[in-house]
Amino acid sequence: MSTRLAQQGRFLNKTKTLKFTFNGKQMKGVEGDTLASALLANGQTLVGRSFKYHRPRGIVASGAEEPNALVNLGTNGQFDPNARATTTEVFDGLQATSQNHWPSLEFDVGAINKHLSRFLPAGFYYKMFIHPRSFWKHIYEPFIRQSAGLGKAPKARDADTYEHFYAHVDILIIGGGVAGLAAALTAGKSGARVLLIEQTAHWGGRAPVDGGIIDGVEAEEWVSSTLQALEKMKNVTLRSRMMGAGVYDHGYVLSYERLTDHTSESTGPRHRLWRIRAKQVVTATGAIERPLSFAGNDIPGVMLASAVRDYVVNYAVSPGDRTVIVTNNDDAYRTALILKHAGLDVPAVVDARPEGGGALMQQVKDLGVRVLTGKGIAKVKGGKHVEGVGICSQAGEGAVLEDIACDAIAMSGGWSPVVHLWSHCGGKLIWDVEKAHFRPDVSKGPTGADGKPFVVPAGAANGAMSLANVLAGSVAAGKMVVEQAGLKPKRIVTPEGESMPETPLKPVWMMPQGAGIKLRSKMWLDYQNDVKVSDVQLAAQEGFESVEHAKRYTTLGMATDQGKLSNINGLAVLSDALNADIPDVGTTTFRPPYTPISMGSIGGEARADLFQPIRKTPMHDWHDEQGAYWEPVGHWRRPYCYPRSAENHQDAVTREVTNTRENLGLLDASTLGKIVVKGPDAGKFLDMLYTNMMSSLKPGRCRYGLMCSENGFLIDDGVVARIDEDTFLCHTTTGGADRIHAHMEEWLQTEWWDWKVWTVNLTEQYAQIAVVGPNARKVLEKLGGMDVSKDTLPFMAWADGQIGGIDVRAYRISFSGELSYEIAVRAGQGRALWDALVEAGQEFGVMPYGTEALHVMRAEKGFIMIGDETDGTVIPQDLGLHWALSKKKDDYLGRRAQERDHMTDPNRWKLVGLETVDGSVIPDGAYAVEDDTNENGQRNMQARVTSTYYSPTLKRGIAMGLVENGPDRMGEQLEFPKIDGTSVFAKIVDPVFFDKEGTKQDV
Amino acid sequence: MSDTFAMIEQVGPRGMMTLRGDLSSTKLKNAATGVAGVDFPGISECNCVDERGIAWMSPDEVLVITPYDEIAKDLKRMQKILSGTHHLLANVSDARSVFMISGAKSREIIAKLSPVDLHPDSLIPGQFRRTRLAQVPAAFWMRDKNTFELICFRSVADYVSTLLHNAASAGSEVGYFQ
Repeated sequence: MSTRLAQQGRFLNKTKTLKFTFNGKQMKGVEGDTLASALLANGQTLVGRSFKYHRPRGIVASGAEEPNALVNLGTNGQFDPNARATTTEVFDGLQATSQNHWPSLEFDVGAINKHLSRFLPAGFYYKMFIHPRSFWKHIYEPFIRQSAGLGKAPKARDADTYEHFYAHVDILIIGGGVAGLAAALTAGKSGARVLLIEQTAHWGGRAPVDGGIIDGVEAEEWVSSTLQALEKMKNVTLRSRMMGAGVYDHGYVLSYERLTDHTSESTGPRHRLWRIRAKQVVTATGAIERPLSFAGNDIPGVMLASAVRDYVVNYAVSPGDRTVIVTNNDDAYRTALILKHAGLDVPAVVDARPEGGGALMQQVKDLGVRVLTGKGIAKVKGGKHVEGVGICSQAGEGAVLEDIACDAIAMSGGWSPVVHLWSHCGGKLIWDVEKAHFRPDVSKGPTGADGKPFVVPAGAANGAMSLANVLAGSVAAGKMVVEQAGLKPKRIVTPEGESMPETPLKPVWMMPQGAGIKLRSKMWLDYQNDVKVSDVQLAAQEGFESVEHAKRYTTLGMATDQGKLSNINGLAVLSDALNADIPDVGTTTFRPPYTPISMGSIGGEARADLFQPIRKTPMHDWHDEQGAYWEPVGHWRRPYCYPRSAENHQDAVTREVTNTRENLGLLDASTLGKIVVKGPDAGKFLDMLYTNMMSSLKPGRCRYGLMCSENGFLIDDGVVARIDEDTFLCHTTTGGADRIHAHMEEWLQTEWWDWKVWTVNLTEQYAQIAVVGPNARKVLEKLGGMDVSKDTLPFMAWADGQIGGIDVRAYRISFSGELSYEIAVRAGQGRALWDALVEAGQEFGVMPYGTEALHVMRAEKGFIMIGDETDGTVIPQDLGLHWALSKKKDDYLGRRAQERDHMTDPNRWKLVGLETVDGSVIPDGAYAVEDDTNENGQRNMQARVTSTYYSPTLKRGIAMGLVENGPDRMGEQLEFPKIDGTSVFAKIVDPVFFDKEGTKQDV
Repeated sequence: MSDTFAMIEQVGPRGMMTLRGDLSSTKLKNAATGVAGVDFPGISECNCVDERGIAWMSPDEVLVITPYDEIAKDLKRMQKILSGTHHLLANVSDARSVFMISGAKSREIIAKLSPVDLHPDSLIPGQFRRTRLAQVPAAFWMRDKNTFELICFRSVADYVSTLLHNAASAGSEVGYFQ
């Protein structure tokens, strides 16, 4: 069993004990422990159950690649699923629970699945659950949801905070091992702005564990002196606990900084997502050791050889008393040396190479360790923990030659460079036959806007496996990025690295190579998704030849670890089954993030109050004080209505409409877009933008206009006022202000760049108040200051003046059909004017009204609303707006499009009014049916409702809708089915329900 | 509002005029510099003294800053000089809100919210950036090495205030700009 050692533990402060719980059980760790090392120190080797078969699983790795040791951390607002125990630092009070077990980790009902595993092969879900259809929803899915799945979704609101941070650097170096440090030193000396990041809390990477001499001193000593040198450089920033998550176009890199995960204190944000712009990126991301595929390689106690020595050296933990080492390379012998030096037993090193290894093997033999060459592991004995191994010939079929008792197995199948970040943005890979791994093809790096590479790999991430090669390559990488960033590299003496020479590895993708189906069905490739060698072979047999297809069919590499351990092994098995070379089969796509990052960090500050900006008009607080019911309109909040005490919204709207029609209503119209267009060509420009003629408008007058896209569809409408010969003010819809301003600028900047026109969006400079109703003029006259009589300020005119001592511009325009003034005032005076109008209006029955009353009143008048009557497919002709399509002009945007066949089709649905027979209100969005059906047996449709309201003025339901040949079918009845199964019937009528002659507004 | 590691205050209102036109025209330059009393800015620059200044907004737009109470007089003065040239001069004073962010780590607050390079080698007093702050448009410049003046639209002043205070929460210092 695993236990804590008295010696070693370079990351630990053994004097500081930390308490934590695992599945409710009190455990002790020390400062510097990861959850994985602390669990092992407590003898807890069983840490979870597998995804599909619920097999017992233990810790395999010591870093980010860990597939098995996933835990739920914390509770309530701090609950976090799928945390890797190997990258979780222990703090006092940490609470962890294992995942995917029921009812308990030790006794799991789902483990029955493992006895059914012969019925759960690759593609099982696709094959099994297709028929009968109804079984999926009621039987299969609930079962699968219960038995499969990893962490639980958090239920409470996240109690932590998160943020983003933007950084611009010349050179970003990802990875703080010796490669990253050497590259940073090189780049730093050149004076470049350098950011060096390391995902763990420690610098130096593997070198201090694996050993070696750099410039005559131990690797660890070189690391600390290099760190000191870097810290002194003002142009170099070092950040640990910060992972390079993704590399994107144009040198954009996301990095994930974990600020408080390692401590119980929670001041400040938990995670910070760095959004980095780098001229050049160095990926010094190291390499990941590969498992070997032998039967029972998933039983707790089987670990990567490198992880075993990490636990001994870094964390003073022995994974077992007796560790058998199985390898195809020299590197794993380092584990034997470290275990022996720690006083632990190594019963045997099983080397699959017939000729064994080199100098490292000799050192191990000299310590008296048995080395079995040309041998492999036939099977692992034990259920919840390793009890022994059966040794076989690697060349054979798995006949057991001898049994060796042990309680841990350290395996090494060679090393795969971490090429993820190199590949994210398009870096290509080549297959290195000698080392049996994919490494970056440095001649085909991801390119930036200039067509030149902006990512350079260094160290083990570039396939360098000896210290000397790592250092030489990293200094070269450092120089290269300095040059590519446009700076001058300084001369630097390359640090000299010395490490033990190694003999080549022998690729081993299956152990033994002739294993039968029984053994192959026990060889795990992907621990997290329970994919075995036999599954991949089956996929190949069933025709899934593409690696991407085989991946999806078997789910290999699709779990939260994204196949960090299984990728190359699975690929090799697939290529073997297809009888193809590994590079011909290729890899699946590496996608960001490198390891999962929190949703909170992605959202950053955008949560709660800051989730979205809320735009407020100058009168916002007044509306709020009146208890307005808010409606979101873009980012604005507008009052939908102002309910009084017990009033419901419908009643409030009815009251507001009636009062405005009979007395006096006030509307906050400040959100309307206001764009000033000025210049000698302004009239010509507006003639092109609007369908009707604007250049003929006289100063002092207003005109309603329609705007279409170049495809002919209506995009906006509003009133244009001519201020002077050169200047127009264009009102847009609330939602259209920014969009239409951009539309104008686009045409001016790209098409009509030589026209003399300037535009400015003045939407927020003015508050605008609609003063509406028969008493509108009275209240303005009471406040006084300007002549608002019919003669001086007639319908569709505007004038500057003062009202109640405030400078205003008054427009005589009406969207309600009533006598109406829209009063524009600079925003800072908006509230003052509003208050004055409310006070002065008391004797005239003033009431504010909201957007719904506005909608109802315009519908009663048959006025269209962009977004209701239009949906991006509607042209003015559909809405009977022919009068607004100028025949005098040669052209306007959309004109030619409106002549296309489809646009002139006489059968287009056209706007009419709809009056329900029983006076009820047609449901929003209802369609009218035909008697017949289409070829799919569905009812044909002949109309759809675009606006539908209860009209307080007419005291009945009214609607507008687009109807096939509508205007020719006045008086006909249409049937609109409702979702309750009944139908509402409506008569086709004129869309203007109220005061068709317009006498009320023109008084 | 919790403790912040920099001072954030809403200031103003400030007189502001958007001037669009040919920035190489002498008349236009004279109109702007005559009212603002500062040199005409280069690309991405802002010249500001006390409450007057000129900020470069785009290749055909500058922002002229004056005391709020003098805006009417200054508008008239500029219009007079500009008469006869093709331009657009608009009073945008009420469309804007102004914030002052000051403190040794004020750069970090902006760098949490805006994709601009805020490194002290890149952004120095006199530089102007028309950009965004989280989800809204904003522009800022440095009054001195520890002080930012920031403008946003009036309607989102509450959002920006919350945003700045949140980014400045004590304990969230980044320690990046040395």
